[in-house]
Amino acid sequence: MAEVKKMATREGYGKALVELGKEHSDIVVLDADLAGSTKTGMFAKAYPDRHFNCGIAEADMMCVAAGLASCGMTPFASSFAMFASGRAYEQIRNSIGYPHLNVKIGASHGGLSVGEDGASHQCCEDFALMRSIPGMVVICPADGIEAEAATKAAYEYEGPVYLRMGRLAVPQFHQEGFRFTIGKGEIMREGTDIAIIANGLMVYEAMQAGDALEKLGIHARIVNMSTVKPLDEELVLKCAKECGKIITCEEHSVIGGLGEAVCSFLSETYPTPVKRIGVEDKFGFSGPAYEVLKAFGLCADHIVEVTREFLGK
Amino acid sequence: MTSQEKKRLQTIACKVRMGIIESTHAAKCGHPGGSMSAADLITYLYFKELNVDPKNPKWEDRDRFVLSKGHCAPALYAALAHRGFFPVEDLVTLRKVGSYLQGHPNMNSVPGVDMSTGSLGQGISTACGMALAGKVQKKDYRVYTLLGDGEIQEGQVWEACMFASHYSLDNLCVIIDNNGLQIDGDVAKVMSPYPIDEKLTAFGFAVQTIDGHDLDAIDQALNTAKTVTGKPSAIILKTVKGKGVSFMENVAGWHGVAPNDEQYAQAMAELNQQLAEMEGR
Repeated sequence: MAEVKKMATREGYGKALVELGKEHSDIVVLDADLAGSTKTGMFAKAYPDRHFNCGIAEADMMCVAAGLASCGMTPFASSFAMFASGRAYEQIRNSIGYPHLNVKIGASHGGLSVGEDGASHQCCEDFALMRSIPGMVVICPADGIEAEAATKAAYEYEGPVYLRMGRLAVPQFHQEGFRFTIGKGEIMREGTDIAIIANGLMVYEAMQAGDALEKLGIHARIVNMSTVKPLDEELVLKCAKECGKIITCEEHSVIGGLGEAVCSFLSETYPTPVKRIGVEDKFGFSGPAYEVLKAFGLCADHIVEVTREFLGK
Repeated sequence: MTSQEKKRLQTIACKVRMGIIESTHAAKCGHPGGSMSAADLITYLYFKELNVDPKNPKWEDRDRFVLSKGHCAPALYAALAHRGFFPVEDLVTLRKVGSYLQGHPNMNSVPGVDMSTGSLGQGISTACGMALAGKVQKKDYRVYTLLGDGEIQEGQVWEACMFASHYSLDNLCVIIDNNGLQIDGDVAKVMSPYPIDEKLTAFGFAVQTIDGHDLDAIDQALNTAKTVTGKPSAIILKTVKGKGVSFMENVAGWHGVAPNDEQYAQAMAELNQQLAEMEGR
C-alpha cells in the first residue's frame, strides 16, 4: 500500500489564510502568542501589516476581533481550542455571538491528540460550548485539505464561525481542489447495515473501521460530518432510515458534541438507536497522541468492536 | 467653547437625565446611578464631539463610542434619542418585551449603538479593535469608550490597556467614570482600583483627570486628547453617582434600582427646576 500523505488540519488553516490574504484585504489575523503553533505564522510573514499578536490575552483578543469585525474587517482569531473556547467563552458569547459579528475563530490543538501536554490542554468540551451559542457555526475538519477548504468557506460565510483543528498530522484523504460546503456531510463509504457518523481525525479511523467491517461482511456507511452546527439533518435522517442504527465518533466529550446533536435531532424526528463513541465524562492525560486516543477508545479497532456488539455480529 | 454652547449642552444633559429617570421609572428597573454620573460626558460626546449622522447610523467613517459600562444604557439611549437617532417617546419602552431598547445596548436593534455591551470589561477591547481597524484602513475616525471605576477591576481591561498602548492607538480615548461607588459599595472598599491615573500612565496612556460634570473641562480634555500622538489617551472623570437628583447623589443603592412613583415625581421636579433655571424661566 502506498504511503498515506499526512498533514495537520491546523496546517490547512494556515495555508488557506495565506491564500485568502492575497485576494482579500479585509482579512486580519490575530494571535495570542501561539502564531507558530496555530500556523498563522505563515500569514504573519506574508502580510505583517495585517497580523496582530495580542499576547497571552485571549479574552481581549476575541473582543478586539469583534471591534475589527464591526468596522468591516474579517478577523481570524487564533489560539488553542482550550483557550479560545474555554478561557474566552463569555467574550465569544457576548461580544461575537450576541451581536452576530463576522469573526472567525481558528482553534487549533483541539481534543486529546494534543497528547503529551495532558489534560490542561486537551480540550474536549469546545463543541458543547460553541454549539450552545445562537448563530455560531461549528466545524471540525477531518484532514488538512478539508481544513483548508473549510477555512475558505468560513471566510465566504457572513457570521461567526468556530473552526476546530488538531495538532497532529493526520492522513489526508480529500483530493486537492476539494470545495467545502458548510452544513453538508459527506458519505465516504456506502453501506446500509449501520451508519458511522464521525468528524475530525475520527473520520479516518471510521474509514479504517469500515474497511475492516467489510471483511467481516458488515457494510457500514461512513459519514464525515465536519459541520457540527448546523447539523446536516437531512443526511442524518437518511442514514437513520436507510441504515437503522447509528454510531457517532468524535474527539470530544460524549456530552454536548456531535453525538448529542445527532441524538437530539433523531429522538425528536425519527427515534433510532445510537451509540456515541467519544470521550466519556473524564479528563485526558499525557502520552503520545495515538496511545492516548486508543486508551479512550478513539480508534478504528474500538469502532469495529462497538459496531459488532451493536449489530450482534 | 462659548458660554452659549455650554448652556445648550447643559440643557441637553438635563434632558438626558430626565430621560434616564423616565425610562428607568417606566421599566421599574435599570441603572440610574451610573447613568446620571455619565450624563454630562455622553451629552458632550453626542452633541459636540462625535462625527456621527443620525440619518446614517452605520456610516463607516463615523466616530465610534462604546459604552463599556453597558448597564448605563439609559444615558446612552436618552442622548441618542435627543440627537435624533430614534424618537424620544420610545425611551419609556426600555427593558420591555418587544422593545428595541434592550436592558443593555444592542448594536443590532438600537440605531446609533456601535457595540453590544453589558458584560463588563469587554467594551474597551472592542474599542481597541475599532481603533485598530481605523489604523489598518487608514481612516481618521476616533474611538471613545466609557468605563466604570468598578469595571476596571476586570482583568480584561488591563489586557486591553496593554493592547492599546502596544499598538499605539492614538485614535482611542478611554474614559473612566470615577463616581467612587459600585453595587456593593465604595470601590475603594470592595476592591480598590486606585491609583487609577498612575496605573494608566504606567500602561502607556496620556492621562488627564478632570471634574466629569464640568463641560468646559470635558471640552478641554477631549481636545487635548486629540493632540496626543503615538499613544492612547485616558480621561478620568471625577463624578457623583446619581448626579442631578438630590436623594440619588452619592448613594450606592441607586446603582441598580429604579425610582418609584413618588421618587420619580420628586426627581422630575428637581430636574425641571434645574432646566427652568438654565433656560432662564
